[in-house]
Amino acid sequence: MTTDVEAPPPAKKEEDERRDSFVGLFLHNLWSANTVTVTVLSILLALIIGAVLIVVSDPDVLSTFSYFTARPSDALTASWDLISAAYADLFRGAIFDPSAFQAWINGTGTWRAAFTPISETLTYAAPLVFTGLSVAIAFRGGLFNIGGQGQAVIGCITSAVAGFAFGLPAGLNLLVALLCGALGGALWGFLPGLLKARTGAHEVITTIMLNYTATLFLSWLILQDGVQDPNRSDAISRTIDASAQLPALPAPLRVHLGIVFAVLVTAGVAWLINRSSFGFELRAVGVNPPAAKTAGMSVAKTYTLLMVIAGALAGLGGATQVLGTADKLTTQVAGNIGFDGLLVALLGRNRPWGTLFAAILYGALRAGGNLMQADVGISLELVTVLQALIVIFIAAPALVKAIFQLRAARAARLGASMAKGW
Amino acid sequence: MSTATVEDLTEVSAPDRFWNRGRRLGAGLVIIGLIATLVFGSLADAKTARFTLSEDAEGAALSIGGQFGAILFGVVTVLAGGVLLAGIVRRRQTALLALGIVTFVFSFLCWQVAGKFLPLVDTAGGSLELALPLILGALAGVLGERSGVVNVAIEGQFLMGAFGAALVGTMATSVWAGLVSAMVGGVLIAAMLAVLAIRFLVDQVVVGIVLNLFALGVTGFLYERLMQPDALKFNQPPHLPRWRIPGLADIPVVGPVLFDTNMLVWLALILVFVVHFGLTRTRWGLRTRAVGEHPTAADTVGVRVRGLRYLNVLLGGVIAGAGGAYFTLVSTNSFNKNMTAGAGFIALAALIFGRWTPFGALGAALFFGFAQKLANYLSAVGSPVPNQFLNMLPYLATIIAVAGLVGRVRAPAADGVPYVKS
Repeated sequence: MTTDVEAPPPAKKEEDERRDSFVGLFLHNLWSANTVTVTVLSILLALIIGAVLIVVSDPDVLSTFSYFTARPSDALTASWDLISAAYADLFRGAIFDPSAFQAWINGTGTWRAAFTPISETLTYAAPLVFTGLSVAIAFRGGLFNIGGQGQAVIGCITSAVAGFAFGLPAGLNLLVALLCGALGGALWGFLPGLLKARTGAHEVITTIMLNYTATLFLSWLILQDGVQDPNRSDAISRTIDASAQLPALPAPLRVHLGIVFAVLVTAGVAWLINRSSFGFELRAVGVNPPAAKTAGMSVAKTYTLLMVIAGALAGLGGATQVLGTADKLTTQVAGNIGFDGLLVALLGRNRPWGTLFAAILYGALRAGGNLMQADVGISLELVTVLQALIVIFIAAPALVKAIFQLRAARAARLGASMAKGW
Repeated sequence: MSTATVEDLTEVSAPDRFWNRGRRLGAGLVIIGLIATLVFGSLADAKTARFTLSEDAEGAALSIGGQFGAILFGVVTVLAGGVLLAGIVRRRQTALLALGIVTFVFSFLCWQVAGKFLPLVDTAGGSLELALPLILGALAGVLGERSGVVNVAIEGQFLMGAFGAALVGTMATSVWAGLVSAMVGGVLIAAMLAVLAIRFLVDQVVVGIVLNLFALGVTGFLYERLMQPDALKFNQPPHLPRWRIPGLADIPVVGPVLFDTNMLVWLALILVFVVHFGLTRTRWGLRTRAVGEHPTAADTVGVRVRGLRYLNVLLGGVIAGAGGAYFTLVSTNSFNKNMTAGAGFIALAALIFGRWTPFGALGAALFFGFAQKLANYLSAVGSPVPNQFLNMLPYLATIIAVAGLVGRVRAPAADGVPYVKS
């Protein structure tokens, strides 16, 4: 607790203080455990631990440590070279590649190559925005939707099947496919919502179980006649009609309309949570279900509707993935977007716009990780480690605060209402 | 379950409804019995179904006409359900339920095996082996959750355990060193879970999920950096030896399954008894249960709540790590990325399905192991029933269980609620 919160001084004096030291106050608060500082330091800590992992897992660099006491410069230089090469690739692959940009200016390269990193970042970010929003909106209503993965898988299935089976005219085809993705996800969210409302079955348990059910269903469906590619014997589906795919920029840029759509949906969800009457109800139910019930809201109805919306969002995430990037179903088509969405929502502190930025950050890590793997041969899995570590630190602000000796602030805790067990 | 479910908020159910647990179960059994009799019976071949006592088609066998058996066992299921539905028995409902389910499974088997054979020893042994990690994982969950710490990170502990066993087992060329380091790997994740959940009060489900991703990333990263380039040096762990107890191993069916196997099976079965005895008969168990149900009361009488929770979560890490060793030291010969493939979540399902008790977890794990083994068998003999649907069984069974369709499952009251001394 900062002192000025606990014992507010007389108004006049406070005003004086604020006027004479805005910069001082800013610096004072900068090194406190506020949301921004904790987030930045969490990312920093994750990168440091990632650097340790890079060094430890490289036999060549590790061998220089065997004579560390004799010539420490060897070990330090080798480590630094490796780490800086890796993280520079992470940056170049995600945001901005100076050499490609230089080539474009000089006329030796194309503008497309210069914008490839950003395009990759946004491509990876688009589905994560949806799955992240799905988790975030459920959180706000006091539900923990771990089922984003399953809902996204079902969304992939329904939108892909609609995309190659219906053969509707252009434009309508894409719309119907997206709608089918949302409906499929909504169905997969409706089940745990209904069970929670009617029987009190904990949504964490039911959604975990439905995740694997969905994955198994996909691996069965993909081998059925009419879905499987007739020219292939392995688990791969027919290709989605070009008219049902999300329009993309010319190759090699892969970014597609999904990211624009994601921003619009983020705005929609922000309006829904903060401005609509349902949003008010869901926040009320999230904070205190008995009180919401006393105030005349139907907790059961809110839970069910909330899970339907969350499911639809995750389903749209799956649809974006399959209509935008994958263009056909495989058993791994949804990748890890559901679980990544969980991390994204936590990093975005369950706020819609925060989730959008978190998704872009995670997309950037992923895009940069690809270059890192191709260039210096450091596995893409490092990105998963970084992503998980960031959220571990975000979720435990007390840990970050203790490590960096931060001042206390009105803590950026994850919603305390969540810690309620099964 | 959270203590305030929606059901509690909306209605107070009368204590003696007509559709009580027995009648609902009975109705369910009658329905599946009718399915067995009519569907399985009409689809089944009239040829003989042989259940051989040896490992192959030769030797003594229990034989029954496929169609006859399917109908006979289906009728028994209907009868068991009818008795429950009539409401004439007050006690032994669970026995009747078990009878109904077992005969339903027999009916299904008669349909599938008609004209073929099913080696009983192989099926029983395979089921037990597949259930092995589930038993250990679920026991780890029992320890944590009975003392009030939700453990969703069983999957991560498995992965770390499997990885540690493969890495150290290969480098030390000792299977025992591998087993010990599997336990260390499990404890690593458990320690992170314990510190974050108990010391830093982070939501336990969030930590669990994030730790799963962390373990997935770290093991995948080190796998690609170390094991893939040089499998001979890092990824060829020795196999856990099979031990045969002379005399006991000659008992038909039971002997080869239980007394000619690796020691991990014995460890798991012994641990079930030990944990059961510990929880119900010792001071440690009483305190554990007190801490899991009502930590404030336990604290008042001088039990160290947090200390006990640390201890139990770490012990759980040891057990789950040993379960992870199964994947690299028993079932395969090398570590692979994400090789546990959701087994940790099936273990979680077994824990919940087994109502947070050691023997319940054992039964659920064996049931799930049998379902997996059956799925493998059916896909091997080319059955029309897709094996993916049988693999869904653990997940669906758990959803049905937590939805209260088969009696109520209730978690320890303080499960997942961090304890803050006031």
